[in-house]
Amino acid sequence: MSIYRTHILVPVDEGTVQAGVFEVKRRLEQKITEQGLGNEVKVVESGTVGIVGKGVILVVYPERMYYTNVRPGDVSLIVEEHLLKGRIPPTLKYASLDIQGGLKSLHNTGLTREQKRVVLDKSWKMSPEDIREVLATGGYKAVEKIFTEKMTPEAVIDLIKQSGLRGRGGAGFPTGLKWEATRKAAGDQKYIICNADEGEPGTFKDRLILEGDPHKLIEAMVIGGYAIGATKGYIYVRGEYGLSIQRMQQAIDQAREYSLLGPSVLETGFAFDLQIKIGAGAYICGDETALIESLEGKRGNPRIKPPYPVTNGLWQMPTAVNNVETLANIPEIVNRGAAWFRTMGTDKCSGTKVFTILGHVEQPGLIEVEMGTPLREIIFAYGGGVAGGKKFKAALLGGASGVFLPEKLLDVHMDFESLKENKAVLGSGAVLVMNEATSIPDMLFSILKFYAHETCGQCAPCRIGTHQLLQLAWKLREGQGRVEDIDTMLNLAETMQRTSLCPLGQSVVAPVKSAIDNFRDEFERAAGHSEIS
Amino acid sequence: MSETITIWIDGKEIKAEKGANLLKVARDNGFDIPGLCFHEKVTPTGDCRLCMVKIEGRPAMTPSCLVKIEDGMKVTAFDKQLEDTRAMLVDVLLSEHNDDCITCEKDGDCQLQDLAFRYGMDTPKRMFDTVWQEIHQSPDSSSPVLLYDSSKCIKCERCVKACYEIQGKGVLSMASRGIHSHVVAGTASWEGSECDGCGECVQACPVGALMEKPVYGGKVKAKDIQRKAVTTCPYCGVGCQLELWIKDGKIAKVKGAEGVPNLGSSCVKGRFGLDFVNHPDRLKKPLIRKDGKLVEVEWKEAIDFTAKRFAEIKKANGPDALAGLASARCTNEENFLFQKFMRSVIGTNNVDHCARLCHASTVAGLANTLGSGAMTNSAAELEYADVIIVIGSNTTETHPVIATFIKKAVLFHGAKLIVIDPRKIDLVKYATLWLRQRNGTDIAVANGLMNAMLANGWENKAFIEANTENFEALKEMIKKYDPKMVEGITAIPAADLIEAARLYATAAKASIVYSMGITQHAHGTDNVKSMSNLALISGQIGRESTGVNPLRGQGNVQGACDMGALPNVYSGYQKVDDPAAKAKFAEAWKQPNLSDKVGLTVTEVLRDAHAGKVKGLYIMGENPMMSDPDLNHVKDCLEHVDFLVVQDIFLTQTANLADVVFPAASFVEKAGTYTNTERRVMAMVKILEVPGEARDDAMIIQDLANALGQNWKYDSAADILREVNALTPSYGGITTERIAAGEKLQWPCPNAQHGGTKFLHKEGKFTRGKGLFCALEHVPTKEMPDKEYPFVLSTGRNLFRYHTDTMSGRTVALPQYAPDAYVEMCEADCVILGVGHGDKVRVTSRRGTIDIGIRLTDKVIKGSCFIPFHYKEAAANLLTNGAIDPVAKIPEFKACAVRIEKIKS
Repeated sequence: MSIYRTHILVPVDEGTVQAGVFEVKRRLEQKITEQGLGNEVKVVESGTVGIVGKGVILVVYPERMYYTNVRPGDVSLIVEEHLLKGRIPPTLKYASLDIQGGLKSLHNTGLTREQKRVVLDKSWKMSPEDIREVLATGGYKAVEKIFTEKMTPEAVIDLIKQSGLRGRGGAGFPTGLKWEATRKAAGDQKYIICNADEGEPGTFKDRLILEGDPHKLIEAMVIGGYAIGATKGYIYVRGEYGLSIQRMQQAIDQAREYSLLGPSVLETGFAFDLQIKIGAGAYICGDETALIESLEGKRGNPRIKPPYPVTNGLWQMPTAVNNVETLANIPEIVNRGAAWFRTMGTDKCSGTKVFTILGHVEQPGLIEVEMGTPLREIIFAYGGGVAGGKKFKAALLGGASGVFLPEKLLDVHMDFESLKENKAVLGSGAVLVMNEATSIPDMLFSILKFYAHETCGQCAPCRIGTHQLLQLAWKLREGQGRVEDIDTMLNLAETMQRTSLCPLGQSVVAPVKSAIDNFRDEFERAAGHSEIS
Repeated sequence: MSETITIWIDGKEIKAEKGANLLKVARDNGFDIPGLCFHEKVTPTGDCRLCMVKIEGRPAMTPSCLVKIEDGMKVTAFDKQLEDTRAMLVDVLLSEHNDDCITCEKDGDCQLQDLAFRYGMDTPKRMFDTVWQEIHQSPDSSSPVLLYDSSKCIKCERCVKACYEIQGKGVLSMASRGIHSHVVAGTASWEGSECDGCGECVQACPVGALMEKPVYGGKVKAKDIQRKAVTTCPYCGVGCQLELWIKDGKIAKVKGAEGVPNLGSSCVKGRFGLDFVNHPDRLKKPLIRKDGKLVEVEWKEAIDFTAKRFAEIKKANGPDALAGLASARCTNEENFLFQKFMRSVIGTNNVDHCARLCHASTVAGLANTLGSGAMTNSAAELEYADVIIVIGSNTTETHPVIATFIKKAVLFHGAKLIVIDPRKIDLVKYATLWLRQRNGTDIAVANGLMNAMLANGWENKAFIEANTENFEALKEMIKKYDPKMVEGITAIPAADLIEAARLYATAAKASIVYSMGITQHAHGTDNVKSMSNLALISGQIGRESTGVNPLRGQGNVQGACDMGALPNVYSGYQKVDDPAAKAKFAEAWKQPNLSDKVGLTVTEVLRDAHAGKVKGLYIMGENPMMSDPDLNHVKDCLEHVDFLVVQDIFLTQTANLADVVFPAASFVEKAGTYTNTERRVMAMVKILEVPGEARDDAMIIQDLANALGQNWKYDSAADILREVNALTPSYGGITTERIAAGEKLQWPCPNAQHGGTKFLHKEGKFTRGKGLFCALEHVPTKEMPDKEYPFVLSTGRNLFRYHTDTMSGRTVALPQYAPDAYVEMCEADCVILGVGHGDKVRVTSRRGTIDIGIRLTDKVIKGSCFIPFHYKEAAANLLTNGAIDPVAKIPEFKACAVRIEKIKS
């Protein structure tokens, strides 16, 4: 294996593909060869770096120099100036990250600021399409460890329990307990399912894990399967995630080739295999029971709980359903221990959390930081603050089923407990920032439109309630509302919370109530408008 | 084990079974908790959320329909918050609902309307604007019998669940999402779906979204119904109890009635096919043939003329020159009276009926091996069998409601279904194993199964030892029927045969269901005995959910047999050549000259008519001109009869040949009893008046008897049943009083204290003593295909037409489903003949020819074809073979050789 002086990472994700990353990469390789740098510089296709909306991105190592919005025409300059002469081409002004203060300062600015990366630790450092790179960078070490150290399934579950890992899908249920319950449930066949039907608006953390480090997920599911006693796993991927599906399938094929999946994983006699199921675009299928119904080939309606999937899951067999991000923590917990994991985050909420920052911020994108990081830091230090120097108005946390947080709560710590104390939720980890010009009634209208579109229609309060809420919000928006309508909305949303069958209908109260409670004056103004006219 | 526990609802202490449904317990105890989606017969859905209650120790509210009660549970069913919540949900539901109650047929019978009233949802008080107008609507009126109005649908899924969980069909599902969700049949519309119109969904709908089409005349609201009465369905042998809704002296709607045997279900015929009773073709006056034409006459003339002719024939040629055909569609009382008339007034045992054509081989075969020629077990027990063999029964189409029990066993109780049938019938979809034998090789199949059982030690040695005889002879004979050899005869792969043997013999409870695929062969009796061999060798008999279960075809074919409408027995299978029986009846009937000579069967009557030996024939409610094999020959025979009397509700093909025609009452215009296929005796209730001068069959028979010098004084069916009770041991306790009190007894029921018999041969104690094994060799079908007639033709029924179609053909709905006659052929044969679906072909046998359209299907295998026998324009029985079973005299309807030719257009 030859040693290269420079690596250029070419992050390939849905965003960069659209921006023409492959053309840039082709030119880059061609130019490097032309300049005779083939033995010195290696071009590596990697997963995402977490920066979105900035076109094609190149990261040059060891300098950790970022180029954004790279166009094919820029490639010559980068190769000739940077790679040959070691100079940053100053004319590339669209390399818009703040590079004042030299290369060093890059690490502490915006999205490239130092992060505590566990689940995304490798996704941008190696090619997700080549299992050899994955293995070379420590992939599948945790599986090896379990088998060489002869850890029992109980010991694995115990380790996860010790680590304090909690589900990252939004509910925060302790993963170790879920696995334990699945292991203990009676059943000849058990299943582990990875919920990769990431449908929460504004959330794309799972996609970037799937694209950037699919092998980590496989590794985690092998471990999970071993721990709960499952021989079969499913990855339920959102259908729109074309690249995720492609890379995941490729990774599964490679893992099978390397005997990391199949009838005898690493020749230990433990049989485990994975299959991808492609979702068909229903938000409700992000609910684990609806997901299971869909996986069984039925209409994706949520099931009545109890019983829960840990006892009556797929085909009524014990099933653990874990979110992508949750699973992506598993290998490192096995490698480095529960104590290490607990050094990060808060007492009740250990580890890291991936957040997607979007809306009116300078630098939208994705970061992984410790649980409990203050919201202010996420928005201002990582997201670069409100774009265009405008004032902050509110942040919507956790996607459509999330909560509008006003400015006075900006210092809230982003972990399950602290947020709960402030009547907010962590949800999927989406942080949507709104500036002073944003109309909250309009925002709520758009959220309610999403609900009305995504309700499955099974239970009456959610099916009709979402539609009625939308009607009321529409009337307010159009200046046809009445002040009483505001309370009707609250009343209806609360009734839906009490009576809906599944979390979808139960959660609509979160945006409705937080919007009205925190910004009631805006709603009253909207309603009052009609009384004047 | 059920355990009684205590719960409290709103402070009231309630004892109930642990695990019972909370909503049901609450309602049973007077707490009228609202709820629209809950339906006791299907799993709770939890969709409407109206039945929310509070349970101490649980967060917030819970829908009570989803709660199984636990000891000590403290429930709040009513408080302000709950009622406010429910009111808001009703308000919300109404906003989605087209509450056009003024013109809605469901007005007054609608559960949403009731709730709107209860919660005071006057329009101005409603909190929400109506939204249903904005919703994309998906109404569907493409079914011949149903209407779906999505604007009234509350999406409770009761119909979807009824279709799947009650009927086992799963045709319905929810389509689209959210506010636009609606019910869909199949993938697009009712018309193109597999919906067969049973109407279970309509019966389950709490609002006016799914309604019957007005097949009985017009839209009618429940509150305008003047009377509801429960009676027995006149069609097949399941004997469904139907609730007839009557308005202005006519049937307006039909619902399945709860309780055995149908548990509230029905099929398309029972629910939507009873309008024939009002058909203008109904006979309203007696007819006598004058100058070659049937003309209307007064009753007295018809009766006197008939009596005179019968007397003349008897005087000139002796009583055996007269014969009578009773009817499997008349009541027990009428059949009893008919055979009494033939035996005691005419003096002959020449009385038979169409059981000869369907299950004569069952009566002969099972009476011989077990001692009783009927279903050993009850239909509903099938749902709880572990393994079910269905052989030669297309249950879905011929006994639709019994098919639901089989489907539910498979779908919900983990039963394994083994279908043995040359046709790919509907049940194959539910089967673990499908053994596709060559037509007519059932004995070989049974022998092969038994061979495999013995080879693997799966037989029930203790049972054989204790309860059977003649086992050694059987064992010796079946040695050569090893699965490989049987594969050669039957084409069933040896491995499948062995697996079927294992499944059946080693199951805890296994049941055999068979029908005319077994009986209608020239070796039908041996086929039946083979079924009994299978049950005996494995001990799968004499317990619940086991047994040998022949499904009887006609509504009262079991009863007609029980009543002695057979040439060899009086009622209760008391033999005419048994002196003690003869003496008993002679005394009761005060007729010392009863004949002890076994009479003629249907098939023999026709033969002897042709030979000039039978000169007078009295046919009550039968139509041999459609139902019997080789119709050209039948016609010839009937034309040879000097004097033909037909008593029917329509001018059938047979009545058209008659010298006298008596107009009879239909099932709904007279009282009496029917005995269904599971030996259960149920009431026929007089609900409507007869049209014109039509009369009760029993009264016609009585008038004839009295015109022939008798002094019969039966005032009602009850008078006749009393005589049946006295003379028929197995019916001894099945009295009018008990039936009127709602008992639905299964014979044997010897006395007033006896509770009836759910299953026969309990604990291996067979009616005949020991179960008899019969060593039977495979015999080939009489008419094998050859060069000239290369196809095997099989005949049978479809769901939508019934037998000779005199009733079903005169309904609004049924002919829409299967309008034209058809021959089922597979693609390979169609390609060879150069024909396609819908093309006309000419089907010819050695006996006749019909022109008929092709139905291209994978149901039949290459080299074979199937034609339903209902269609007069292409009567399958013009082709069938009159070859008969030597014992039971049943014709070989299930196999004959035909030629199929393309008709050049």
